[in-house]
Amino acid sequence: MRPFTFTRVKDVATAVQEVTGQQNAKFIAGGTNLLDLMKIDVMTPQHLVDITHIALKTIEENKEGGLRLGALATNAATAYHALVETRYPLLSHAILAGATGQLRNMATDGGNLLQRTRCYYFYDTDTPCNKREPGSGCSAIKGYNRDLAILGTSEHCIATHPSDMAVALAALDAKVNVTGKDGDRVIPILEFHRLPGDKPHIDTNLKEDEIITSIDLPAKGFADHYTYIKLRDRASYAFALVSVAIGLEMEGNTVKEARIALGGVAHKPWRLPQAEALLQGKEATKANFTKVAEAYLEGAKGYGDNDFKIELARRAMVRALEQALSMEAAS
Amino acid sequence: MKTEQIGKPSNRVDGRAKVTGEAKYAAEFNAPNLAYGFVLNSAIARGTIKSIDTSKALALDGVLEVFTHENRPGYVWGDKNYQDEDSPPGSPFRPLYKSEIQFSMQPIALVVAETFELARYAATLVEVVYEPDEFESDFNANMEKAYKPKKYKSTPPQDPRGKPEEALAEAAVKIEQTYAHPSEHHNPMEMHASTVVWEGDGRITVYDKIQGVQNSQKYLTNAFGLDEAHVRVISPFVGGAFGSGLRPQYQLFLAVLAALQLKRSVRVVLTRQQMFSFGHRPKTVQRFAIGASEDGKLQAIQQDVFAETSKFEDYSEDVVIWPGVLYKCDNVKLSHKLVGLDVYTPLDMRAPGGTTGIYAMECAMDEMAYKLGMDPLEFRLKNYAEKDQNKDKLFSSKELKECYRQGAEKFGWSKRNPEPRSMKEGHNLVGWGMAHGAWEAKQQEAEAKATLTPDGKLTVGSATADIGTGTYTAMTQIAADTVGLPLENVTFQLGDSSLPKSPLEGGSWTVSSVGSAVKAVCDKVREKLLDLAQQLENSPVANVGLDEVTFADGKISLNTDPSKTVSILDALKQNGGQAIEEKVTSKPVEGQEKFSPYAHSATFVEVKVDEDLGTVKVTRVVSAIAGGRIINPKTARSQILGGMVWGIGAALEEETVMDNNLGRFINHDLDKYHVPVNADVHDMEVIFVEEKDEHVNPIGAKGLGEIGIVSVAPAIANAVFHATGKRIRELPITLDKLL
Repeated sequence: MRPFTFTRVKDVATAVQEVTGQQNAKFIAGGTNLLDLMKIDVMTPQHLVDITHIALKTIEENKEGGLRLGALATNAATAYHALVETRYPLLSHAILAGATGQLRNMATDGGNLLQRTRCYYFYDTDTPCNKREPGSGCSAIKGYNRDLAILGTSEHCIATHPSDMAVALAALDAKVNVTGKDGDRVIPILEFHRLPGDKPHIDTNLKEDEIITSIDLPAKGFADHYTYIKLRDRASYAFALVSVAIGLEMEGNTVKEARIALGGVAHKPWRLPQAEALLQGKEATKANFTKVAEAYLEGAKGYGDNDFKIELARRAMVRALEQALSMEAAS
Repeated sequence: MKTEQIGKPSNRVDGRAKVTGEAKYAAEFNAPNLAYGFVLNSAIARGTIKSIDTSKALALDGVLEVFTHENRPGYVWGDKNYQDEDSPPGSPFRPLYKSEIQFSMQPIALVVAETFELARYAATLVEVVYEPDEFESDFNANMEKAYKPKKYKSTPPQDPRGKPEEALAEAAVKIEQTYAHPSEHHNPMEMHASTVVWEGDGRITVYDKIQGVQNSQKYLTNAFGLDEAHVRVISPFVGGAFGSGLRPQYQLFLAVLAALQLKRSVRVVLTRQQMFSFGHRPKTVQRFAIGASEDGKLQAIQQDVFAETSKFEDYSEDVVIWPGVLYKCDNVKLSHKLVGLDVYTPLDMRAPGGTTGIYAMECAMDEMAYKLGMDPLEFRLKNYAEKDQNKDKLFSSKELKECYRQGAEKFGWSKRNPEPRSMKEGHNLVGWGMAHGAWEAKQQEAEAKATLTPDGKLTVGSATADIGTGTYTAMTQIAADTVGLPLENVTFQLGDSSLPKSPLEGGSWTVSSVGSAVKAVCDKVREKLLDLAQQLENSPVANVGLDEVTFADGKISLNTDPSKTVSILDALKQNGGQAIEEKVTSKPVEGQEKFSPYAHSATFVEVKVDEDLGTVKVTRVVSAIAGGRIINPKTARSQILGGMVWGIGAALEEETVMDNNLGRFINHDLDKYHVPVNADVHDMEVIFVEEKDEHVNPIGAKGLGEIGIVSVAPAIANAVFHATGKRIRELPITLDKLL
């Protein structure tokens, strides 16, 4: 591992100060991704700012009747929190579909959003990768791309965002509260992650000097009709090939509101509110579900090994919508 | 032999040491002034190193040396100096030999520093300029260049038996299909590691992760021109190996090179990523053409094998022996060709050749059974091999029919509706499939020594290994049983090159080979003990032969009157305060070669396949095993379970993927190379059927290291067909193939 300096801070202001103007400084909390990447020389921060002693672990109700998740609340604490389990079971399920118990005990909610892609080539410093080394090229587009993106890709990068939690947050319309040298701001979850475009090395719209302080969940939690389906190559401890987060608000058999977010298919959690609107006021039928699924996948593009994801995502969305409607547990 | 200890489900004698961390592995042995090496691997698959600049690395405070092909000392670089007990024919890889790159991730430098992290950091500062050459890594694209090796490492394919072409042409029912098994990497939990302790005067003690300490020792003496007495290799515990430790791996060479040059102790541990930089199970493509009569009798089998090897060694494994072992058929034609690629040489991996060969054959036979409209089990019974047709010999024992019977009964096979897609639960299609398998029960020459001290403590030793299989426990049980001592009075030593000679720990032959040596040396101890007991005044066992007494519970008792006993301690008192010391060489017993010894298995599997999403869940597996005498049912069951879990991995998850743009295995970590997790493993049942074998070896055990895995993947693939009606002829069966 490359040498680096390390400092521990106790408040947000000092944290921001520590990274402002510092070249290649990174916050470290759970370290479940950053440390791995440092060991294999993919990320090479020169300065690490330990933020685990900042008081940002609380999970509490916010002013808008929703819930505020402290950025340093662990994934485990969040998934098993009584209010999350009862009001936002979708989030709880999504978190528990990711990683392992040990990792979730370490990983924080803020850090979860900042995970790097799991693309094979990003992890192998002997191969070209525009995300790791801008301008070096993308090995995945013409290489092995079974796990990679089918939506929102660019000619420079087809990486996916690996988080399960973020997919649920996207469906729930969460807001990310951040603090930087210029003060506080709120980033809607759908604007938090970005598409690769010609700058695939930048994963999010978080500025270099900004720190996530909390995540706000709106009051509406879709606890009556929700599901998180994660399709992967083994039953646990694998990243999603395709995942689907669903929240439905029903009135009889009519859909009042539908939320659909996809994971494992793009550089960010994939949500299309205009496609969701196709279900609004419609009967909850397989035909209508299929229509929405098709709208979601319009323009999807496979790169060979991952072509199957388009059909898989379509089927997974239909299944997830049916599951959320019936609330029958998946077998 | 009596069964005082043998056959008991004893806990592992090393269990406590393992769970408390007292058991030390190669990378855990410390030495004063230990230096740490980190390996730098090639970024390209083929070409030459034009330059390698180590100056930035060497400039760091605490970096001791960077060894490359440019500054490594001169050794004798002949092929013979680098061959080991498990080498295939060819020219073995020699680390840092020259500037040529033969495969991607080839080790090209060893950075040695005061700490591991410093060595790892310094390795990132080594600047390498390559002159890349064109390479061949694409198996399918190179199949047409497949060749017959001059010499097979495996059993060469037999000349055709009968008239296969004619029989195939005339057969009423035929199938012809191709099956592909991917490359796989062993990935034991413990990474390969060597700690070399510099003892001064050119002497070294090496703690190595290896399945045969004497293989490492011999390799080192040959490669470095060292005196055998100056190299001691120790490996008391191995955190899994599955064959990856059959050959000394490059970290051993590099660590020893550094220690000898720096005259200081050095440790080299590979990273998980580097575990993908050497031997692996070869990608294997097989064409099966099978002909049968209308009533289901096999008329002809043709098997054509194409298997991956490197450009520098001709690795081959026993892929083509299975039709002759498992099906009665008079007309058989076999071929086995190699596809040479710019990769590291493949390496034996749990049931080498069986895992690939039996998979393809058993899927093909299932297809044939369907084409015939026969129950797959009935089809196998109809074509049951009473003898090994490869060798034209009877089996030493074969309780496979009992495996079928007990396995099928436990599973409920008779309730199966043969129609594919006939069973459904919600979104899930339910499928039942079966397959059978075999693995040779070889016995190798082995030595053992025993010391019984006057306090009644017995120590037995042989230079074998325990790679998690339970060797310590099984050997302790055999020794305790033979001499009639409680387990706690017996210590078994292994993993030390100074111990009596042992074969490599592999091939499912450890219990039969080393176990037979342990029994033989303990028999000599018995003999001596009886002799001593008879020297007692008014000895209750006077004037009787060994077969007239029983050794148990620390006593020698008369068979005709068990109340007449001499305690072993009393007998030992007659030895003038001396220990009894014995040593033996045990060879395969005479007459054994008249028979063909194989363990057998039958596996029954239930899968549930999501009709829309293609996910496969293996909900039930029943494996019935005929493995001769079971020394310890508990460790034996664990071993079979491990094989079954791996069978799930092989069927559904495992594959090392070659990126043909880079000539590099690209999913080289455990995030992207999937092995089963707990959530993939559901009901598993192991049945050991009773099997008496008087020919196989003196203890009647057949070895269980490989038989647990061979029939599982095909049974799963066959169950997936039964569930879905889709025949996936390429492993792993991932969900995309079922959409």
